[in-house]
Amino acid sequence: MANLKTVSKKSKAQSMGMHTEVLTGRTQQKFFNPDEAENFYYFGTYDVDFNKRTELDVKDMTAPEANKEIDNLMSQGYGTIVIKNPQGKHSLGVGILNKLNLIFEGSLGYFGMGSCDGPIVRINGRVGWSCAENLMAGKVVIEKNAGSCFGAAIRGGDLICKGSVGARTGIDMKGGTIIIGGDAGAFTGFMMQRGRIIILGDVGINLGDSMYDGTIFVGGEIGSYGSDAVDAELTSSDQDWLKRKLKVAEIGENFDVSKMKKIVAGKKLWNYDNLEPTEKKGAI
Amino acid sequence: MCGIAGLIHRGKSSNVGSELQGMLQALKHRGEDSTGYALYGDTDGKNFIMRFKVGENVGEGSSSIMEDVSVYDERKKVVDQTLAEMGAKVVKEERTLPYSLRYEINYDVKDLLEFSQRIESIPGVEILSMGKSLEVIKDLGNAKMVCDRYSLDKVVGTHAIGHARMATESGVDIKSAHPFWGYPFSDVSVVHNGQLTNYWNNRRVLENKGMRFMSECDSELIAVYLAEKMRDGATLEEGMKASLTGLDGVFTYFVATKDSLGMAKDTMAAKPLVLYESDDLVAMGSEEIAIRSVLPQEIDTYDPFDGEVKVWQI
Repeated sequence: MANLKTVSKKSKAQSMGMHTEVLTGRTQQKFFNPDEAENFYYFGTYDVDFNKRTELDVKDMTAPEANKEIDNLMSQGYGTIVIKNPQGKHSLGVGILNKLNLIFEGSLGYFGMGSCDGPIVRINGRVGWSCAENLMAGKVVIEKNAGSCFGAAIRGGDLICKGSVGARTGIDMKGGTIIIGGDAGAFTGFMMQRGRIIILGDVGINLGDSMYDGTIFVGGEIGSYGSDAVDAELTSSDQDWLKRKLKVAEIGENFDVSKMKKIVAGKKLWNYDNLEPTEKKGAI
Repeated sequence: MCGIAGLIHRGKSSNVGSELQGMLQALKHRGEDSTGYALYGDTDGKNFIMRFKVGENVGEGSSSIMEDVSVYDERKKVVDQTLAEMGAKVVKEERTLPYSLRYEINYDVKDLLEFSQRIESIPGVEILSMGKSLEVIKDLGNAKMVCDRYSLDKVVGTHAIGHARMATESGVDIKSAHPFWGYPFSDVSVVHNGQLTNYWNNRRVLENKGMRFMSECDSELIAVYLAEKMRDGATLEEGMKASLTGLDGVFTYFVATKDSLGMAKDTMAAKPLVLYESDDLVAMGSEEIAIRSVLPQEIDTYDPFDGEVKVWQI
């Protein structure tokens, strides 16, 4: 990279992989100017102190009220928030775009921790359907079981369930890692596009059905393989990665990863140009 | 969308009317076109309890046609006359609403098929349930509205299942509301969340075998399907396992008998179910918040897997 102190504003931005050109006409997009970095901020984020801790009892709150209060506490600099009595409420902890230690003392309903980017979350209970959907970064640990669509469409971060999960875990995931300590239901990894799923227990039917890419590791029995899901060789680097990941995840640290099965995409389904040229031409 | 809930106390009775009301009310966001209860109350077991309707609720967004109350009175008279002709003695009679009645009947019969066929041959009359413990109460509105309307909060019993309905496949009326009675079997009821895609094929086959359908609601098929299996000698659990392949579509359903409660989930696990199980209580619902209404403390719950069938006894 060029010396940023000596180059022009335009070159500087281009050296950083950014742009300064201003588009006109119908295009409303504005590009990042490094000289104005202080004017840019990530909406909904705050400077928080992890040592500043508080508790929030949400027993008599609706989900929007609870989420607003979490946001309010972060704006006051609280970096560790303990949520009391979540009692299976839906949509708690959604949209947190902040570094934060968040602890739920109880279970969550549907869509808990959806669309988050950065928090470290521990849920001392169970979660309902679609936990941590669209997670972008951070770590979410569930101490008990989870419902279906666990980690749907996540793009990054670590999502860990120490118990068992329902069907369609990691559906449409585009990155990140999902780790399951128990069993997983049918259609795990359905249409996943990137990222990794680790299941220490058994998994149901149609594993990795129509997956585009990504990797699934299974420690137990597999109900059946889905369309285009195929076995692959478990390499030594895979095993090293698995050991490291399970240790960080506080789960299965002593698990014998050498006997795990590795499943990847056969890549025979998605290339429609090769598979269905006649039909495609017909459609056009 | 619809929501279903159920619970069974093992070894004791409880206020299941109030408990189920709380569970279904917690699920009202899943649908409040109609709500239904199948309550298994404590009775002496001597008489049949027949819940039936002689008309529809025409208020609260109903898709039914308005009828004069005098029509209901006429139908009731014919029902009374038919019961007398069959030698059935009405021990106790309650008319909660102009269109909804509850009879306690002294009637010595094991096969309810002929009995039910005669009663339901009266135009506009439908038996909602028949049994020595089961009572199916269903009407338009959310769980609290129906509970208040029929004073269900005092019902004591061992188990119950219920349904909060968002009408999608058929009309907003009582005949399409759940639970469905497992006609003509005493004390069998079913609630369902999902869509069955081979409804008409199965209906034609079952009707040719002499089974009866009262609505065009796909969920009714489950009750009829199980009833037909049991008529042919299958146990409840065997019938439920057969339904996993015999019924096509997405479904989670509960079925209850006089002394048991079961659940089945389709092989794609497309419909939700959360389950809590302990030595003395099983509670389950479409969402955990339903269970939390009876068990607010921290508990262990889980989602049954695809293709799973479970049955519990009282």
